[in-house]
Amino acid sequence: MLLRDYGGLLVRLLSAFYALGALFSPAFAQSDLPSRMKDPAQWPMAARDYANTRYSDLDQINTDNVSRLQLAWTFSLGADRGQEAAPLVLDGTMYVVGPYAGPYPNRVFALDATTGELKWSYAPKPEPAAAGVACCDVVNRGVAFDNGKIFLNTLDDHTVAIDANTGKELWHTKLGEINKGETITMAPVVVRGKILVGNSGGELGVRGWVTALDENTGAIAWRAYSTGPDKDVLIGDDFKPFYDSLKDKDLGVKSWPADRWQIGGGTVWGWISYDPELNLIYYGTANPSPWNANQRSGDNLWSTTIFARDPDTGHAKWAYQINPHDLFDHDEINENVLIDLDINGQTRKVLVHPGRNGYMYVIDRATGEVISADAYDFVNTYKGVDLKTGKIIPNEEKTPLLGKTVENICPSAPGAKDWQPTAWSSRTKLLYVPHQHLCMNFKASQVGYIAGTPYVGADVDMYAGPGGYRGEFMAWDPVARKKVWEIHEKLPVWSGALVTAGDVAFYATMDRLFKAVDAKDGHLLWQFRAGSGFVGQPISYRGSDGQQYVAILSGVGGWPGVVANAEIDPRVRNGALGFTGATQDLPFYTAAGSELLVFKLAANGEDGTNAPRQ
Amino acid sequence: MHPGSKIAFAATALAFAASGVALAAADDALRVCADPNNLPFSNQAEAGFENKLATMIAEHLGKTVSYAWWAQRRGFVRNTLKADNCDVVMGVPSGYDLVETTQPYYRSTYVFVSRQDRHLDLSSLLDPRLHRLTIGVHLIGDSGNNPPPAEALGEEGIVDNVRGYSIYGDYRQADPPARLIEAVEHGEIDVAAAWGPLGGFFAKLSPVPLTVAPIRDGERFAPQQFQFAISMGVRKGDHALCDQLNAFIDEHRSEIGALLRDYGVPLVELPATASGGHE
Repeated sequence: MLLRDYGGLLVRLLSAFYALGALFSPAFAQSDLPSRMKDPAQWPMAARDYANTRYSDLDQINTDNVSRLQLAWTFSLGADRGQEAAPLVLDGTMYVVGPYAGPYPNRVFALDATTGELKWSYAPKPEPAAAGVACCDVVNRGVAFDNGKIFLNTLDDHTVAIDANTGKELWHTKLGEINKGETITMAPVVVRGKILVGNSGGELGVRGWVTALDENTGAIAWRAYSTGPDKDVLIGDDFKPFYDSLKDKDLGVKSWPADRWQIGGGTVWGWISYDPELNLIYYGTANPSPWNANQRSGDNLWSTTIFARDPDTGHAKWAYQINPHDLFDHDEINENVLIDLDINGQTRKVLVHPGRNGYMYVIDRATGEVISADAYDFVNTYKGVDLKTGKIIPNEEKTPLLGKTVENICPSAPGAKDWQPTAWSSRTKLLYVPHQHLCMNFKASQVGYIAGTPYVGADVDMYAGPGGYRGEFMAWDPVARKKVWEIHEKLPVWSGALVTAGDVAFYATMDRLFKAVDAKDGHLLWQFRAGSGFVGQPISYRGSDGQQYVAILSGVGGWPGVVANAEIDPRVRNGALGFTGATQDLPFYTAAGSELLVFKLAANGEDGTNAPRQ
Repeated sequence: MHPGSKIAFAATALAFAASGVALAAADDALRVCADPNNLPFSNQAEAGFENKLATMIAEHLGKTVSYAWWAQRRGFVRNTLKADNCDVVMGVPSGYDLVETTQPYYRSTYVFVSRQDRHLDLSSLLDPRLHRLTIGVHLIGDSGNNPPPAEALGEEGIVDNVRGYSIYGDYRQADPPARLIEAVEHGEIDVAAAWGPLGGFFAKLSPVPLTVAPIRDGERFAPQQFQFAISMGVRKGDHALCDQLNAFIDEHRSEIGALLRDYGVPLVELPATASGGHE
């Protein structure tokens, strides 16, 4: 009785809510995210908006005054591993998550975004897992928000909903099994009331998936695998890939020998973007693994593939495979930035995908047609992309074969760009790209040892690419299909990018510098030397005091440590394309850390001092 | 504990949940870095041959054994030996780059494991029957980082009848790499190509009689090799401990050999070197 009454009330309330919502934004009747994306005071998701632009419409900080940027407050997360998370800012509160390390793994903090005062913290209780089961990739790339809830992915495969006001846990759902190598490191994305989450752990024999959960209950609505039969990949009659080679049935089975797809990789640990008009989500899948290339003949679909899916049902609308039969660990989990471009006199709805393989893809996001694909870094592993077939053209000379030494493979295993996200300015029409610039030598001679089993593994030496630098921050014009300016960095640039309406672009380096540059010409305007190197994502928001703030986490760790170490000592070998070996700090430049840094402009004439707030 | 009942191992393996690195031990401890769930090498019940060997060495040095437990995967050396939570890894390939290795104390070989009642009598990866048999191999990582038999079978174009077993397996179960040998026992695969100590030990425990036969392909698949010499590993620069362990190995070759044979480890001759075995 009571239940029925409540049910009736709920239906009436929901109807009223839908009706009200429909006036403003019919596509998101249930979500307050889109309105928050329009409010530049907030930073409501890791990528700022569904298009993944990481563009802030705030312009108080501009090219003339950014030199007066100074620390407003700081906060220590107390977990000194790689800090890759983007803080979120909603209604004046900042939410930030730490890595899976320290006494409170994946702890979430809520702070007053203006004063830095701690409001609450939430520490998930990790699954009792044996030490070392998820040894390497302990980062977390951020939390998500919708309708008063914070959504957290834990490394041990739980999605947790937390009350954004109180820090109280509302529900949690277990999505995978850490003891089978499955982990979650990506920031969830909320679309039309569903939390979208993907897994990590391909090298450990994990089969990739993306899963949608109901934001109110945590119930699983759908799961789309990256390999296997069409029914598992959620490919149905409405699947319309642009290229004929992708139109056959059950390609996620047929493009592998025997049952290889069952542990075929294709994990989903990067970014998800969303086009509300087309009602499609976009994401890329990781490399095929853990099989040797010689044991997985075929294209290995749907690894290294961009999917467009209906967020309500999970059904695939189109797909495009970037690296058929990947040989280089070039997983394509990198972000897809959704923008409209004037190309040959036509406005095209595109997604821009800076590939691991070194090509900047401009793809029609309604159809999956590749409009252009141009090298944005030095590439010799491929000879370009055939725009007729959509197929990349491999360079046989650079094919790594066990027993054969192949030198000067560019880009190296982490690709020309890894997870570190770009930013797009609608003012300059430029994409700001943080990336690495590394080549590698490949030979099979290194003795490896795992779980009591010795083997002869691939020996990968990575080193600076042509020009002798290892990282770059550059601006790319996707219409002119060329680089507009570039800044070389001695270490790989592993931070995300931010660009603002003040025409300032931000990025940060592993040798502890947070930098602001002129978005038009790359001229350095300001820099700050922090406690630890950066692998985090800069954001911008407006405080309750009306001031514009810029925030980023400092704290080096994870994979980039390996990359840089490989150069510091050219004899340090990385025993796998996926980087075994030490992933510790960059001892010549930085030690570990976990500091949130928040900046604002010094008052005029106040240069450098910071009077206490009343 | 003598390797006996598989049930006992399973029970102990469940007990290490939430185990981490042991707290600092007293000065009179031999601090060993070990996997808590990987027989025949080691487990938290100290039932592995590396546990027995550690106890022998500690007794010899007048110490007691303490353990830093960590799954032996990527990051094992970093989180145990290099983090100074322990001082010796009981088994690594000789010349392993991440550590300083002692002289080898045994040398084993990759083996074929099959049911005795099949009378397969395999000894080479070039055997034409391998094109028809269902062959199980371990998978470690990715292109260029899998065990020698997986690489060699691929080179021979033997693909469709190969079954992959993740070396990591499901860590909630006892000794995850053992699933490969159990698959032979249960008839899911005709033959497993596995690292000798693992194949030999689990074949010995199997209720179904299994045949363990060395893969004798020598250098045919070079740079792949099927035999590996195994040493102990210490932190680079820890010559004092390395010298003590080398002296122990020199003085206890027969006891070490007996221990390994007791665990079913297939042994092959250690080739003599100019430095008298000190690599």
